[in-house]
Amino acid sequence: MSGALTVFKKELRGFFFSPIAYIVITTFLLLSGWFFFSTFFLYNQAELRSFFSQLPITFAFIVPAVTMRLFSEELNSGSFELLSTLPVTPCQIVVGKFLAALTFIALMLLPTITYALSAAALGDLDWGPVFGGYCGALLLAGAYTGVGLLASSLTKNQIVAFIIGMAICFMLTIFERMLFFVPESLLAIFAYLGSTTHFQNISRGIIDTRDLLYFLSIIFIALYATTFVLREKR
Amino acid sequence: MIEVQGLNKFYGDFQALKELDFTINKGEILGLLGPNGAGKTTTMRILTCFLQPTSGTIKVKDYNVIDDPLAIKNMIGYLPESAPLYGEMLVYDYLAYVAAMRGLDGGLKVERILELVKLCGLKEVAHKAIHELSKGYKQRVGLAHAMMGDPEILVLDEPTSGLDPNQIVEIRQLIKDIGKEKTVVFSTHILSEAEATCDRVVIINRGEIVADGATDHLVREFGGGAVVDVMLQHDDASRVSAELGRVAGIERLEEVMGAGEGFVKMEIFSKDDKDIRPALYRVIREQGWDLLDFHRRTETLENVFAQLTREN
Repeated sequence: MSGALTVFKKELRGFFFSPIAYIVITTFLLLSGWFFFSTFFLYNQAELRSFFSQLPITFAFIVPAVTMRLFSEELNSGSFELLSTLPVTPCQIVVGKFLAALTFIALMLLPTITYALSAAALGDLDWGPVFGGYCGALLLAGAYTGVGLLASSLTKNQIVAFIIGMAICFMLTIFERMLFFVPESLLAIFAYLGSTTHFQNISRGIIDTRDLLYFLSIIFIALYATTFVLREKR
Repeated sequence: MIEVQGLNKFYGDFQALKELDFTINKGEILGLLGPNGAGKTTTMRILTCFLQPTSGTIKVKDYNVIDDPLAIKNMIGYLPESAPLYGEMLVYDYLAYVAAMRGLDGGLKVERILELVKLCGLKEVAHKAIHELSKGYKQRVGLAHAMMGDPEILVLDEPTSGLDPNQIVEIRQLIKDIGKEKTVVFSTHILSEAEATCDRVVIINRGEIVADGATDHLVREFGGGAVVDVMLQHDDASRVSAELGRVAGIERLEEVMGAGEGFVKMEIFSKDDKDIRPALYRVIREQGWDLLDFHRRTETLENVFAQLTREN
């Protein structure tokens, strides 16, 4: 797996070489900060619920922006040819890039801990849901990163990759709110497909295997499909 | 060492390679020649496991590109055409990354990078971002990339394209030096380059091999006989060709137009390798014509190449 580790290190450093990273981080912190603090004082409660509840929709836009370049740029510049003739398997490449993007998103989330610290300073903060919230955020980010990576492997054009990734993530996010279109017999299946409920369960601190399984299977399917797409390019 | 066996490659309906069969021996410098779109790059991409063949295979030692790509990638260093490197990375960082990919670590890694920086003349640019480099330097970084793992086989796709004449000479010399120990496969459409560098050339046209052998061998095999150019001071071209035509061993005579009033210029093709100049000269001396130009040229690789790859 040393090939995956090398790809991981190179990609993680690569994020900070490009201006997109800083733009994305800034946008994320502005958005989430505004969503959080604009209602924080109205509720008059020391909790991060309003921060975590907006995460799925924010991630649906932010995560594909992080992942869009991972394959599209390589396919466009031709460096993919160099990468895939080095002694690594497509699977190692995909895992390396996935973990790099996920780590980047975790780093992006890191400053938001100050929200929790502020809340804790102002009132009696229950750290349980905060911890659960961050776990859920990472799982959610993982699922969307997988989807974004798959979108990026499909096209040479970063903007197209962003739009495809965003469309899928957005769909996963709003699934629950569209259920009235779905016939009753299929309701349970479609309700399971949406990401928001699963995320909210975990962020409330309820660790249910169904929710874990949901995120892990999205990650697995997306990464498997990405590997498949890369193999098919040969 | 490398065996290409019945290789076919389709891009959709388009057949890029048709039943390619050839072998590359250990320690050989092999030139892949062909016009644009002949299938040189496709062949190299299959050899380096970037593309998969539609049918047929390439075997390197006991491995084949379909089942053991990782083993083959470990043996091959590859420089794709125009070296598509990561522009935003620094040269040194990039080489460190490639070294890590090749499984080099610690002191060994630094040692190898410094060695290649010296060999490829990258010292002045090692601290620069790759996109700031000129084409020639980029090509050298690509070459360092290819040689990083000290591979047994080097595959270089048009390594000299876009370089200035001095750089071309340098790269060719480098290829020759490397070729003393390693197997080198490179593609080019500069024929003098192939003649100067290769032990053997394979000429591909429209996905098929049209010639395979040492350059001088190919010239002899496909070139046919020699041509003698003659220029005389004379008014009547038909008389000249009649007189000269009596010489034995001539295949045909062709008058070259535009020699000017009072001059006759001819190309005389001999049937085989035999030198017909003494016989021609005797005729000219007997007739007492004033001779202005008289020389023999043999077919060059250029002519052979043009003849073999001409569009029908």
